[in-house]
Amino acid sequence: MSPSTSLRASPSTRLRASPSARLRARRFEFLIEWALFLCALLSIGTTAGILVVLAVETFAFLREVPITDFLFGTEWTPLFATPRFGVLPLVMGTVLVSAIAMVVALPAGLLSAIYLSEYANPRVRRVIKPVLEILAGVPTVVYGYFALLFVTPVLQRVVPGLAGFNALGPGIVMGIMILPLVSSLSEDAMQGVPRGLREGSFALGATRMQTSLRVVLPAAFSGITAAFILAASRAIGETMIVAIAAGQQPRLTWNPLVPIETMTAYIVQVSLGDTPQGTLEYRTIFAVGMLLFLGTFGLNLVSAWLRGRYREEYA
Amino acid sequence: MSTAAGPTVPSLSGVAARAGQQTPAADRPVKIDAQHLNFYYGDTRALEDISVRIRRNIVTAFIGPSGCGKSTFLRTLNRMNDIIPGTRVEGKVLIDDTDIYGPGVDVVALRRQAGMVFQKSNPFPKSVFDNVAYGLRINGMASNRSELAGRVEESLKQAALWDEVKDRLDDSALAMSGGQQQRLCIARALAVRPDILLMDEPASALDPIATQRIEELVYDLKKAYTIVIVTHNMQQAARVSDYTAFFWLGRLVEYDRTDKIFTNPSEKLTEDYVTGRFG
Ligand SMILES: Nc1ncnc2c1ncn2[C@@H]1O[C@H](COP(=O)(O)OP(=O)(O)OP(=O)(O)O)[C@@H](O)[C@H]1O
Ligand SMILES: [Mg+2]
Repeated sequence: MSPSTSLRASPSTRLRASPSARLRARRFEFLIEWALFLCALLSIGTTAGILVVLAVETFAFLREVPITDFLFGTEWTPLFATPRFGVLPLVMGTVLVSAIAMVVALPAGLLSAIYLSEYANPRVRRVIKPVLEILAGVPTVVYGYFALLFVTPVLQRVVPGLAGFNALGPGIVMGIMILPLVSSLSEDAMQGVPRGLREGSFALGATRMQTSLRVVLPAAFSGITAAFILAASRAIGETMIVAIAAGQQPRLTWNPLVPIETMTAYIVQVSLGDTPQGTLEYRTIFAVGMLLFLGTFGLNLVSAWLRGRYREEYA
Repeated sequence: MSTAAGPTVPSLSGVAARAGQQTPAADRPVKIDAQHLNFYYGDTRALEDISVRIRRNIVTAFIGPSGCGKSTFLRTLNRMNDIIPGTRVEGKVLIDDTDIYGPGVDVVALRRQAGMVFQKSNPFPKSVFDNVAYGLRINGMASNRSELAGRVEESLKQAALWDEVKDRLDDSALAMSGGQQQRLCIARALAVRPDILLMDEPASALDPIATQRIEELVYDLKKAYTIVIVTHNMQQAARVSDYTAFFWLGRLVEYDRTDKIFTNPSEKLTEDYVTGRFG
């Protein structure tokens, strides 16, 4: 023990651990730290592994199919006798369904965020927010059957020519699914706007609506955009709803009334089928998966960057 | 009214009432007349029986220790407290003889009439021009672009900011210095042509030079406006104001000409506070 501690005859010296016990404790700490580090490494490693597999299989695929045929071809018939590997129909199906979802989720999500953030009193907000978040916790397979067995039949009564499988029904349901995300993240962004800005606006005679639309929304713009992009990326990656209710017909069309197929739904279709491993047909799912990954990853990056910028603005 | 005052509080009852009579006959008409105002945050009373007459075209300073209710009182004068849930007002505030808490009062018009400048400058994240134009636009106060530009220029000149920003009207207001931002907020408030200016510690976050500019501005503006300024800075209160109100624990202890408050106050509490012998 150092002289300074032995001089202090306070009761706390008695509570001190002996040197060997301290050493043991330190070694234990060290082990814990390593165990935690390994856990972190494991999850990073898994992700990296997935990426490597994706990349390897994609390269194998691209050795047989020229990348231009893949990216710009307009026919996707990999399982036919004369296969075509143009991914555009799948991309279009994905974009179409996601666009419908965004058309539903953006206005509704934004309005609900404005209401929650600028109008609702704190007590109402405390009730509504968790309810919205429960909506986000409903398993997507439930949404899928909801689209197929409820929404589409109802729509068929008002929309002539709507097929049993289509982009419209799943798009709308997907919009409902991502609505809580849009609403919650947008509300967070709006809550991040300093109260002083609102007061400055009210003090000039602005109404609540004027303050929300002209001060709070623009001030929260990058945060809200980040929320939108994240929601779009969620829509693009969503699988169950479209696999169940949108059909399995890759089709280059903007028509929301007919069956289509998205990238995710295609991957499900082939994974569940009996395509033998190692074949070109099998490799298509990795190529499509890679494209999907790059798309959503890019969107997430933009979203994260915007959110970072937003945080800087009001640090 | 002073039952809950406790032993350290000298009898406050009647102070506010007496203050009215002690005030040397001011030649200016009364602009704001608060009568027996109580204010509550939920169940907590933050203001207790405040009665004060604020006269036209002079500067009135509110002083008092932190938490005594200066901001709260200032914000009752343009009903800014309305936006805080769970607050309640009792009593009357007459502005130009109309009770602003009476039925049928147009709060939007009231807030336009009584402009407010905040302690922490709060320019909108918009351009300099759009900041000043904001109030004009939402209130539909300019019929065309050139009228709008004219009003913006006029307000910036009034706030002694025009020369510094005339070449950068389209730049973000957030890129300006703290002192410029605060003057921008003053310009923004002036743009909607109020006749009262409520300023809550407008210079407390500024350096001495920027502070001096604000003080000069206040001095100039009082020709056209009725100004109420909250400040923690005794010298500032003494320099800029004609009348001073001293608040303590949610009450108005003394209200009188500024020179009297600072040289010969009638209340011991006031004297202790202005001489720095406090708590
Ligand atoms: N939004 C609010 N909710 C509840 N209580 C509040 C709120 N704002 C102020 N108060 C309370 O009201 C009392 C008066 O506050 P106020 O802000 O008016 O004081 P002040 O004199 O302006 O103080 P300072 O000099 O620190 O700005 C304080 O006790 C404060 O805690
Ligand atoms: Mg204050």
